[in-house]
Amino acid sequence: MKENVLIVGALSGIARAIAGELAAQRHGLVLAARDRDELARTAADLRVRHGGQVDTMSFEALDFASHPGMFDAADRAVPGGLTGIVFCAGWMAEQQLAAADFAATRQMIDVNYTAAVSLLNHAANVFEARRRGWICALSSVAGDRGRQSNYLYGSTKSALSAYLQGLRNRLTPAGVAVITIKPGCVDTGMTYGADKLPFLVGPEVVGRDVARAIARRSSVVYTPRLWWAVMTAIRLIPEAAFRRMKL
Amino acid sequence: MIGLIKEAEQHLSGWGNMAGERSRVFRPERVGELCDAVRAGEGSFISRGLGRSYGDAAVNADGVVSHLRLNRFLAFDEVRGIVECEAGVTFEELIRVGLPRGFFPAVTPGTKYVTVGGAIAADLHGKNHHVDGSFAGCLIDFRLLTASGETLRCSREVNPQLFWATLGGMGLTGAIVDARFRLRRVGSAYVNVDYRRTADLDESLTAFAEGDAGYDYSVAWIDCLSRGRSLGRSVLMRGNHAPADEVPHVTEPLATPPRRHKRVPCFLPNFVLNSWSVRAFNTLYYHRHGDRRAVVDYDTFFYPLDAVAHWNRIYGRRGFLQYQAAFPAQTSRSGLIALLEGLAASRQASFLAVLKTFGPANDGLLSFPMAGSTLAVDLPNTGPAVMGLLDELDRVVIEHGGRVYLAKDVRLARHSFEAMYPRADEFRRIKAAFDPEGRFDSALARRLGLSHTAKQQRAAA
Repeated sequence: MKENVLIVGALSGIARAIAGELAAQRHGLVLAARDRDELARTAADLRVRHGGQVDTMSFEALDFASHPGMFDAADRAVPGGLTGIVFCAGWMAEQQLAAADFAATRQMIDVNYTAAVSLLNHAANVFEARRRGWICALSSVAGDRGRQSNYLYGSTKSALSAYLQGLRNRLTPAGVAVITIKPGCVDTGMTYGADKLPFLVGPEVVGRDVARAIARRSSVVYTPRLWWAVMTAIRLIPEAAFRRMKL
Repeated sequence: MIGLIKEAEQHLSGWGNMAGERSRVFRPERVGELCDAVRAGEGSFISRGLGRSYGDAAVNADGVVSHLRLNRFLAFDEVRGIVECEAGVTFEELIRVGLPRGFFPAVTPGTKYVTVGGAIAADLHGKNHHVDGSFAGCLIDFRLLTASGETLRCSREVNPQLFWATLGGMGLTGAIVDARFRLRRVGSAYVNVDYRRTADLDESLTAFAEGDAGYDYSVAWIDCLSRGRSLGRSVLMRGNHAPADEVPHVTEPLATPPRRHKRVPCFLPNFVLNSWSVRAFNTLYYHRHGDRRAVVDYDTFFYPLDAVAHWNRIYGRRGFLQYQAAFPAQTSRSGLIALLEGLAASRQASFLAVLKTFGPANDGLLSFPMAGSTLAVDLPNTGPAVMGLLDELDRVVIEHGGRVYLAKDVRLARHSFEAMYPRADEFRRIKAAFDPEGRFDSALARRLGLSHTAKQQRAAA
């Protein structure tokens, strides 16, 4: 079935990979991000590589009031309306910087959690009323357990994961799927330059896994898959021991 | 959001695995980030694509800007066969996107793992130089991010000085943002190839002179270890794109069957390639190729080595050099003989040696090709032995009015460079005008005195 998908935060490395996979499957796309010039270039690239319909929308993550209007405009832009949304907007400040500067922490909370809730609340209401559609969002393995090296970013993703879990619980009766993606370390601009990233993969790996998760209407997907095992093991460590570990 | 230019530390060298430096590397994902890196960043930069230049052209400890994530297609005009894309787009991507539409790169080097930015910076050439010239021939224009932070459109009409300084300019005039160029219309993904074995250099040169007009693509593999009467014995490989109806047993002429890729998993020990193993390979290769005609897919014809990932590792950790020289038509024969004799006498092993005829040169200030002939050989890095040999060959090249290719070079001396590239000073003047502070710099530029800017002159004084 042909989907019409709104991709939010479409200029991120992972979003570009997801968009490529979906465009290759001939789905219609609406790309939303802040920088209009860059957005036009990314949209042109998808059209040249894969053909098909690619529209663009201006999206300001921190202008929460504008989110419902943006979603509705995207919904009107594609014939038949949107059938799905992928939320890829995200921000990661380095842990030590964020610990010292609340503005950096706040930025992560606002982009990774508040903006997601603001936009997806509205998307959920629309899809629930129509009794169709799906919602996919990029959380992170960092949200599975708070670790001293990355808990400020991780906690925003933990909140997002819990939100998506509840949303899934609410929307399942309406036939609306909610897909939580938990990528591990991905080689994008967000992580570029950080050292000692375990199991680093290119964004194309995540793009393929996300496209498959969408097609299958999966619930929670770790990408690459081995992160499920890694995080399960990390979650099982008793807190009494965990609190003394250097992770 | 909080603007932050992220950087990584990486050990980078050229494809020859020599002259590596621990480098500060930026990898912008947006044009804005590229501009920020150049405007706000400190120190100097050199643009880098897939790192297929053999030497130190894309090496700069101070700063390297990787264009690999700036690889977006911006337009594809199927009526006129014109593509517009960012500099990080690779030839592999060009083919993947273009071939199903019936288009192939108008000029392609011997690997598809190069970027459009690299193609411009090296003004690279292919097997069709005698007909179509270098990459400049299909290039319409490009946008160049200059040291001032300004992005300038450059073509033969607009900013022509900068256009001809950037073609072959090894990235020293600025960072190429995007470019427009023509593609070649093809009927299939296949090439009709005539193979012909020649007994010596004269037979090869005569065959080129008499037959090349009938072929879009013409190149010869040459046995650099044969001496005496068979000096320069070769296998000529010349061909034309096959029309769709001449491709046998294929239902989709614009596609090729998937092929399995091999890879060299690690550096091989240094001794694997020696004059005995290479002599054996060359003899086998020469005698395996009789005179015949075949229809082969584009990968086999244009990119035989791409089938083996990391093939540069067969030379071992010591690395290897490629030496490519061009001679003007009048001195081609004597120059090639002197070069081949020098190589054969030195017994430095080379099993990848390529001979080709060049068509006319263009206006690129540091562009390599000149009307005449070119010879390229791979040589293992045997240290002083090979370096001494190449210094000798430089003298031969200069005596014959020739030059060596900067995209392959890692060791050319500055005084030799000056003798080979008479327009170097013109290039320096344009570089000084657009990059007075020396923001674009590389190990190659420092070695050849191309980063000689006002700042460095002050420092020297």
